Amino acid sequence: MSDPLLRTEGLTRHFRLGGLFGKRTLHAVDDVNLMVGRREIVALVGESGSGKSTIARLLAMVYKPTAGEIYFEDRPLSRLRSRRDQLEYRGNVPMVFQDPYSSLNPAYRVSHGLRRGMKLHRPDLDRHQRVEEIERVMNAVGLVPADIMLRKFPYEMSGGQRQRVGFAQALGYRPKLILADEPVSMLDVSIRIGLLNVMSELREREDVSFLYITHDVASARYIADRVIVMYAGYIVEEGLTEDVLQRPKHPYTQLLLSAVPDPKAIVAVSGSTDASEPPKVVDPKEGCRFQPRCPYAVAECETITPRLRMLGVEHRAACHVAVPDEAQEGGASSSERGNELADPSPSTASPRPV
Amino acid sequence: MRLRRQKPDSAGTNRRGGHTEPDVFADGVHDLPGSSADEAILEVRKLSVAYVIDAGFVMAVDRVDLDLGRGEFLGVVGESGCGKSTLLFGIAQLLSPPARIVGGSVNFHGKEIAGLSDKQLRHIRWREYSVVMQSAMNALNPVKTVAGQMRDVCKAHSDMSDDEIRQRSEEVLRLVSIDPVHLDSYPHQLSGGMRQRSMIAMALLFTPDLVIMDEPTSALDVVAQRSLMVQIKELQERLGFAVIFVTHDMSLISNFSDRLAVMYAGQIVELGDTRQLFDSPLHPYTQGLLEAFPSIRGPKRHLLGIPGQPPDLAKPPPGCPFAPRCPQVMAKCTTIEPPLLDVQEDLVRCLLYENGPPEALAANAPTPVEIQELPERLPAGSAAGPGEGTSQ
Repeated sequence: MSDPLLRTEGLTRHFRLGGLFGKRTLHAVDDVNLMVGRREIVALVGESGSGKSTIARLLAMVYKPTAGEIYFEDRPLSRLRSRRDQLEYRGNVPMVFQDPYSSLNPAYRVSHGLRRGMKLHRPDLDRHQRVEEIERVMNAVGLVPADIMLRKFPYEMSGGQRQRVGFAQALGYRPKLILADEPVSMLDVSIRIGLLNVMSELREREDVSFLYITHDVASARYIADRVIVMYAGYIVEEGLTEDVLQRPKHPYTQLLLSAVPDPKAIVAVSGSTDASEPPKVVDPKEGCRFQPRCPYAVAECETITPRLRMLGVEHRAACHVAVPDEAQEGGASSSERGNELADPSPSTASPRPV
Repeated sequence: MRLRRQKPDSAGTNRRGGHTEPDVFADGVHDLPGSSADEAILEVRKLSVAYVIDAGFVMAVDRVDLDLGRGEFLGVVGESGCGKSTLLFGIAQLLSPPARIVGGSVNFHGKEIAGLSDKQLRHIRWREYSVVMQSAMNALNPVKTVAGQMRDVCKAHSDMSDDEIRQRSEEVLRLVSIDPVHLDSYPHQLSGGMRQRSMIAMALLFTPDLVIMDEPTSALDVVAQRSLMVQIKELQERLGFAVIFVTHDMSLISNFSDRLAVMYAGQIVELGDTRQLFDSPLHPYTQGLLEAFPSIRGPKRHLLGIPGQPPDLAKPPPGCPFAPRCPQVMAKCTTIEPPLLDVQEDLVRCLLYENGPPEALAANAPTPVEIQELPERLPAGSAAGPGEGTSQ
């Protein structure tokens, strides 16, 4: 695995409900420790309301954490007091939004947004360099010919093209990590893949990492190196993409994967329908938040909140019931991974409660 | 596979295009795969819907033919803007200006319903067919309880007493596994899945023969989506109503529908048995769609999607509307509008099958997208390529 670029320690965000004197708190994100390495695509998967977008906003400094800390290149974000430092961070970690129809200003040409962002975040460039740079990023995201596309208004573009503009804007800052919050969920199926390919390619050519937030597990598998599964504000499982998807440990991950429609499989239509009750995140009690839906729940699930435990190579799940991998299957990878287990590099040893 | 239906009515009703292409339906009778005649509850013939605007009109639904048998589950898939929702609204007579039906007929239970007035429609709406809208949050009245909304429906379409209404409301809520205590809940007190379920419950108040669903699951996450689909299917099998289910997510419908209609640029480009359509898609667009979404199982592959974007329906290209994006395009595709051809019990609108079944073509037809093992990381330069980013 690569060096940590960004990591969080005990990241928590609660929202107070019911106005100024409201007593109830909504636990959007609770005690999240995540890590994104250099040139890594990490997928954050979860259902709506699981806190994945809140994490993106915390990382983008839109919200301040209730507790916990975010470290970018080992510098805590809470120390970024001056406007210059904050601008620099925002240039390093820009965000691409979900809805390409409302994230571009309809009154201006595409070039406007790109120019403004670049003026703000890359003051070192002069006018000509800026023009060149804008052309370069337009080409990088596949908006060609750049000069024609730049003169267009957002309404003249398709959803896929607009979302590419979103990526071009982010790329203009020379970012190290792009927070992509459901970047393809509003696009048509036939267009989505093109954009996912753009993300993979940007990682290769521009050395950008991505935090890819999605509810679509299949697309996460397509581009991500690692997957983090969230449920009700907690990380319930994380690990290398194939490990998590082929050997899911947490019952929620298993449920999620079983629900993904697969045209190639003939699935029995009958069977138990999950009640799919939304988890209780307003003033939650101690205990596993998935417990009411969990088929394997035992007594302690009700009283003790499970912490992430190492259950395989780089594979953690927060579940009392899940069992660790047996001896790893043979092959070169296992010995290599074994070393990693025995001697965790400092980068992967971000503190996690055990 | 269901029996094919010999369509009794006159020649020409089903001929599309109507210009120079060779007449593949020599006898003019062109049967739609579907149910036998006495079972069909809905017959849509050459239905065209246009949005009439100052600059002319946009043909959103272009001469669509559909048959629906009793108790049949028909999926309609397509990308945004392909006219699938407009088709539904055209069938349900819910179009509002500037959209209007400019041709064709909608025959429901042997009655022509296109062009009926609202007053006339009131007797069949909800009682014989009902509609479940896309976004339950917007479709439900936020300031009325579920019971209140059900009462409104019953009062408008029947003369049930208050007690009967209450009783029926409780029944339908139980049908969709919602505790009847929620009758007194407001929509905002329900979860997304429950809202959508109560919409379905409402559609079943009079146990109609046809329930039309416009992307009822698109606002839900996968788990809720899956359980709602299972529930719809179970209800449908139990109560025997027919379903037209519109969605943009082809994989969602794959395990549930009997037949599938794929729409592109206002037309049905392929119509056939769901399983067969997934196993051996004929139209290049369907093939592309099936290759456009990654799978969570099996080997990882590099996918390309379908380059380009759907045509502007205000100025449709001549010939086949898919020709500009088609990987198997031929010279004649840009001039001849393909008719709906009958190939291997499917209907497909593509000139590739003009001369018969695909065995003859199998040899020289290239695979629609290049498939290769996905390397650990995608090779640079493979992605942005000819995506929809290129200007037209």
